[in-house]
This record gives sequence, C-alpha cells and structure tokens, in this order.
Amino acid sequence: MHVTGDREVCVGAGQCVFAAPDVFDQDEDEGLVLVLQEYPGEARRETVEEAADTCPSGAVRIG
Amino acid sequence: MEETITFPQVRTCPYRPPHGYTELTAQGPLHRVELYDGKLGWVVTRYAEARALLSDPRLSSNRTDPNFPLISSRGAAAREQPPAFIGMDPPEHGHYRRMTIPEFTVKRMNELRPKIEKITERAAEQLCTAGPSADLVVNYALPIPSLVICEVLGVPYSDHEFFEDASRRMMRSATAEGAGVARRELLEYLDSLVDAAIENPRPGLVSRLANGELARGELPRDYLTGIAVLLLVAGHETTANVITLGTLMLLEHPDQLAEFRANPDVVPGVVEELLRYTSVADTAGARVATADIDIAGQRIRAGEGVLIPNGPANFDPAMFPGPEEFDIHRDSRKHNTFGYGVHQCLGQNLARLELQIALPLLFERFPTLRLGTPATELRPRRADTIQGVDELIVTW
Repeated sequence: MHVTGDREVCVGAGQCVFAAPDVFDQDEDEGLVLVLQEYPGEARRETVEEAADTCPSGAVRIG
Repeated sequence: MEETITFPQVRTCPYRPPHGYTELTAQGPLHRVELYDGKLGWVVTRYAEARALLSDPRLSSNRTDPNFPLISSRGAAAREQPPAFIGMDPPEHGHYRRMTIPEFTVKRMNELRPKIEKITERAAEQLCTAGPSADLVVNYALPIPSLVICEVLGVPYSDHEFFEDASRRMMRSATAEGAGVARRELLEYLDSLVDAAIENPRPGLVSRLANGELARGELPRDYLTGIAVLLLVAGHETTANVITLGTLMLLEHPDQLAEFRANPDVVPGVVEELLRYTSVADTAGARVATADIDIAGQRIRAGEGVLIPNGPANFDPAMFPGPEEFDIHRDSRKHNTFGYGVHQCLGQNLARLELQIALPLLFERFPTLRLGTPATELRPRRADTIQGVDELIVTW
C-alpha cells in the first residue's frame, strides 16, 4: 500500500490526521497534508482508507 | 409544464430537517425546483449524488454569477459581498483559503482545548448566576463559540453584542437591504480592527494576515475584511445553534442522555450524531453549473443552479439506515453537515471540539437540567437560514 498526499489539492480539513494520526500530519506553517509513512503496511489499511474516504478534496490517495 | 417542488421548506420540529424532504429522497436524487425568483434549478436529495456533485469541478461557487441560485430575496445581498473564498472556485479559492488554515489545524485545536475549557467553565457560571431558570442561548450556547472565535481571530469580545446582533441581521433579515446594511456594518468594524492590528500587532488571525499577507501585497484589504467577516459570523452562529439544539435533543431522549453522562467515550459519537440530525446549515450548499453534467439519468445544463442541502443527504436511508432515529451509537461521521469538496467547513474541527467540551460540561454542572418551555412550543426559524431556536429556557 503506497500512500500519497497531494499538497496542491489539500484544503487543510485535517480529516486524515483524525483518521490515521500515525500516517498523516499537517505541517506547522501551512497546515497542509504531510505523509508520515508512505508505506504504512497492511495493518493500517482500514484507517488509511478512512482517511482517503473522509478527505474532502481528494488529496489523500492510496496506490 | 414541468413539475417542480417547494424548496426550502419550513421545519416542523426545530431540531430536524423538514419532514417533506423524506418523500423527495425516496422518490429520487434530483428534483426540479422553482426558486423564489421564478428561476428553475435542481435540488439534490440523496447522499451519493450530493457528495459527487459537491466535489465536481464543473459546479461553481461564484456568487457573483447572475445564475448562482438564491433561495430567498435576502441572498441578493450576497452577490455584492466582498470576496471571501466561500464564493470562489479553484485555484483562486485554495490560494486564499490556505492563508487561514494555520489557525484551524488539528494541532492548533489541541492547543486551544484548555482555553475552550476555561471559557466553557465561565459560561456555566454565567448560566448558574442567571438561574435557576434561564435562557441557554444567551447565557451559554452563544457566549462559548463567540469567545472562542474572538480568541482565534483576535477580535475583542467586549464588542460581542454588536457583532452578534449584526451577524443575526445579516443571516436572518427578511430583506436583502437589511442583510446588506448588517454586512456593511460588520465590514467596517473588521476594517477598523485591521487598522488597530497594523498599529499594534496582537495575537490572532486578523493581525497575522494584516501584518503578513496584506503588508506584503499578497492579500487585498477588502479580501482580508471579507474573510474576517465570514469567519466571525460562521464561527459563532452555527456552533451556538448545535449547542442549543443538541441540549434540546438530549433532554428529549433521556435514555441516551443517561449514557452520554455516564460514559465519556461516547461523547465524540454523540456530537457527530447531533451534527447529522440537526443539520443546522441545511441550505448552505448552492452551486451553479458551468458545463452540462449528466447524473442519475438527468442532465444539469450549464448555467442552471444546483441546491445541495445537507439535511436530505444526512437523512438518506441508503447511507444512514433508519435515519429518523436519533441513535448515539450510529456511525455518523460521514454526515454532510460541514459540506464536502474543497469548500468543506474550515472550522469543522473547532466546532467539534467546542461541542465535545460544552455539551458534557453542561450536563455535569447542571445534573437536574430540564426544559423550561415544552419542546412543542418552540418555533422553528424561517427556512432560508441557519436553523436553531432564538431562546431555550432551561431550569434546574
């Protein structure tokens, strides 16, 4: 599972941080998505899918 | 002649979307509507289509577009509003929204928690002093979000009577003139705060943007005041109503209230279910099509208005089975109350935090809290505005 966060598309809603705080964060300056773990492993699939699903802008993607 | 529906409809119960929407959702996802000005448009009443359209780049939020749909005459005042990102499309929208994100990140919310707790404690004292029978709205539900948004923006709370009143007139006035006057008063007020912040920089978003983006020429001054008015109004009007209606709903459902009090773990889920059920910003979703869009066997034509209310989507049985039932154990997190797509509510995490603090503390401090006025006597607001009640007498 490869996780990406598109900072061009991100609107800083922070839903990914709530869903999977060990995989996503928001940077200090702009509040846009930061991927902490690009390859979080299958054990994280459910929370990462939740993050992608609740992201309002489509910035979070699972490859 | 084409068959059209009436929208928006008035609530019969203040804390739930109009019963008339239930049948529309059952009939289909899209309906033809004749707006108050005679224009034809669409109303979207199912969850899947609502989400698809809210994230469709062919729908524009540009309120200055003459085809942007208005649900009442008051909305005309919005056409001449100063630019705020709520009425912009990408990429311009993202450019300006981004300037405000740092104040609303998850990390910032965590830092704000102790401050919000203190504000809530003080509001509980205010309510207690006003009692043992008092209006929950002016003594608790309104001061909490007002004080919090003042803190975030750097607006002096001593001016709260002015900006709360002007916000109410802007959002609920019966005429475009009344709403326009209130909006101009708020703009002038925020403009004076920009001057004050330039002279004496202070904490908060207004001062940060005034001494940063504005000073560097990256943000026109009327854009800054427009953004500040948007955040000030949206920051207190909406959450205050969910605190009020949420209290009302919990008092009307004693079994679920008992569980809410006994088990702090259920608080976030209760808040999500209250947000779903009360759908206070029911009529906030409006767009205009910039191209033909084929969806659910219908064709939305370029130039047509599309209304995407969050109430019907939040009561779509395909997404929330048995939607009429207030059920604190339901997974309500994907409700549409904050909208969806790039315009999803900037302050949603702040609203959640305020509700997660204000509702439990109220029932903890006032264990015998009950309604002072029977729920059946509460009058819902006009259909075209943020839903709530203007007064909720509680007693303990």
